[in-house]
Amino acid sequence: MASISRTTRYVRALGAIAVIAVVAACGGGGGGTSGGGSTGAANQLTGRGPITLAQGKDTSGNVQNQINNWNSRHPNEQARLIELPEDADAQRQQMVQNAQTKSDAYSVVNLDVVWTSEFAANRWITPLPRNQFDLAKFLPPTIKTAEYRNGLYAAPWKTDAGLLYYRTDLLKKAGIAGPPKTWDELKADCAKVKGVNCYAGQFEKYEGLTCNFSEAVDSAGGTVVDDQGRPNVNTPQAKQGLDFLVQGFKNGMIPKEAITYKEEEARRAFEKGNLLFLRQWPYQWALSNKKGSKVAGKFDVAPLPGLSGPGAPTLGGHNLAISAFAKNKATALDFIKYLTGEQGERANLLATSEAPTIASLYEDPELQKKFPYLPTLKASLLNAKPRPDAVRYGDVTAAIQEAAYAALTGKMTSDQALSSLQTELGKLTQG
Amino acid sequence: MTTTTEPDVESVEAPARKDIQRSGRLAALLLSPTILVLALVVGYPILWGIRESLYERGQGLDEQGFVVQGDKFVGLHHYLDIFSGPNSSAFWNAFWNTTFFTVVTVSIETVLGVAMALVMHQAFRGRGLVRASILVPWAIPTAVSAILWRWIFQADGVANAVIHSQVLWTTEGFHAKLAVIIADTWKTAPFIGLLALAGLQLIPQEVYEAARVDGAGIWHTFWRITLPLIKPVLLVAVLFRMLDVLRMFDLPFVLIGAHKESVETLSMLAFDEATNLRYGSAAAFATILFFYVAIIAYAFVKLLGADILGQVREQRKPQQPRRTPKRVPVRQEATV
Repeated sequence: MASISRTTRYVRALGAIAVIAVVAACGGGGGGTSGGGSTGAANQLTGRGPITLAQGKDTSGNVQNQINNWNSRHPNEQARLIELPEDADAQRQQMVQNAQTKSDAYSVVNLDVVWTSEFAANRWITPLPRNQFDLAKFLPPTIKTAEYRNGLYAAPWKTDAGLLYYRTDLLKKAGIAGPPKTWDELKADCAKVKGVNCYAGQFEKYEGLTCNFSEAVDSAGGTVVDDQGRPNVNTPQAKQGLDFLVQGFKNGMIPKEAITYKEEEARRAFEKGNLLFLRQWPYQWALSNKKGSKVAGKFDVAPLPGLSGPGAPTLGGHNLAISAFAKNKATALDFIKYLTGEQGERANLLATSEAPTIASLYEDPELQKKFPYLPTLKASLLNAKPRPDAVRYGDVTAAIQEAAYAALTGKMTSDQALSSLQTELGKLTQG
Repeated sequence: MTTTTEPDVESVEAPARKDIQRSGRLAALLLSPTILVLALVVGYPILWGIRESLYERGQGLDEQGFVVQGDKFVGLHHYLDIFSGPNSSAFWNAFWNTTFFTVVTVSIETVLGVAMALVMHQAFRGRGLVRASILVPWAIPTAVSAILWRWIFQADGVANAVIHSQVLWTTEGFHAKLAVIIADTWKTAPFIGLLALAGLQLIPQEVYEAARVDGAGIWHTFWRITLPLIKPVLLVAVLFRMLDVLRMFDLPFVLIGAHKESVETLSMLAFDEATNLRYGSAAAFATILFFYVAIIAYAFVKLLGADILGQVREQRKPQQPRRTPKRVPVRQEATV
């Protein structure tokens, strides 16, 4: 027995030594790299060679095409697509993890516009030299989403604004001349068209809900967070906006299952012919006109309606940034310039109907012929409101989702939801 | 085996002890790489996690708007937040959910698993096929099965078609819990079934024959013979399942979604804190979960399973000194 306990002690001592050694090693390593990595040399965009592009699910399949195109011209600087999950929160999660392990697995990261502040503040992305881009060519609001405290950290690649997809065939049959411009008109139109659900958006508890909620509030003349970054959401205007959705769910204007919709569920419902109106991003245009969609050629898009006039869509979109921990940053910069260049964005628009960030493309007659909605979209974009700009955006959007979801599912009244949201946002935007 | 002559224990005690000592030291030497690896992959993360939970990192901004690097010692602040501070309502809700899922799913899975094992144990045509098909759900990664079930449970999915009504399974409410329970049971009952089957195969046929001769019915045989004899194996299976469910994460996260009160578990809370870069708080949640799991496991072994190892030792001692206990194929699922 004595020998066993001695063995145990021996083993324990060994274990303890191992732990101490490891703790010491990791502590030392961590301290060494955290200090120097973020300034100076890391900001130099040098090095050429293979790179990767990390982004969400390539739903349109065109990103791969563009990468193939690049690869055929740059045999020594091959790019590879890393597809992250469809869900935006999950994409950010993976990019954050990648940054925290200081991994060079992702060279170019496709950031949702709302992540710029957080990634820049944590020094996870490299500042970009303004003189490398012809910034005057971009739509001004899109540049704003790529900046943090006056520094440029990304290049606007795709922009997004919610549009109202509507069924032209059904409206025509009901004798309605054009798409609704206000919420009242929208409700009136629905009353005339039978046998189909009226309206839907993205109301599952995720980032899409934040967009749909902000849009409703902005379209009624309210704000979530004002220009100075102060939350101001407990207002009569914001309540009217939220009530459009809350009442919609209550009186059946919005089908009950829409509370489970993300983009793709909403698209499927529209393509099955179950919806008269759908608030959706531009990407659906090309997909819904494909074979297999029941509504191909039977729909069009219009600016979102609002309380008393056209609505204010939420500015979405994606910017391309270079991971601070990437190798071959010179190649990465060229690759970003290739994707965000006029040619690249033009090709992307033609293939996917994803909205470009370069203003001149909206005036291109050939493109306008193919996408008659471009002028409308440009006007919508110039009218679009960004979501709250916060380093702790994750907490901000979670608070918004919590409040909006509680109101939509009837757990709270609109008043309760907005007042608790105001309190939460107040805490999150302090200091 | 045949060549060793058993020395008389009484007379040669001293050399024997020396022998044990020497082999003990050899054993320690041979085991030390394993211990080292365990210390690295188990001991170090636990200690580091506990340390992390006492610190706060990267929560402030400097003049230029960059996140301030470096750790700040905050003591038990995160734990106070969780038990009685701003995080307490989320914590107790998640604690209740986690416990609820553990009790309910493990109970259902144990009953179903034993039933599956009894079916798989029967000799009939196509037995191999049945065994294989019962095990398919267990072979599918949890996140993948969660996506499969999300399709089933979506608004216009199969589940609603079958029950002819419109339940929105992924919204808040008891139905969300039910969806998780159904999907979890589907996936992991086969695990218990597999282990119970291994236990069944250890029971000699003669025992059943004797019972039949004595006139015992099927029910009686099951309660008095089958169940007690597979109990040690079954307890191991249940213990493994409990430890698994207590850290349940991917199924509710993928199937129902993040931030849904009805199904939020402790792992999900820890994940959420980490997602928002509050690693100290996340580590505190994870540490609490770790101790909860440890306490449950300890209590379970003490109350029910204390004689698992004892029984084996008893059996080995008198007659079959070299017989190793039967190995049960055990696979542990890696999550998170």
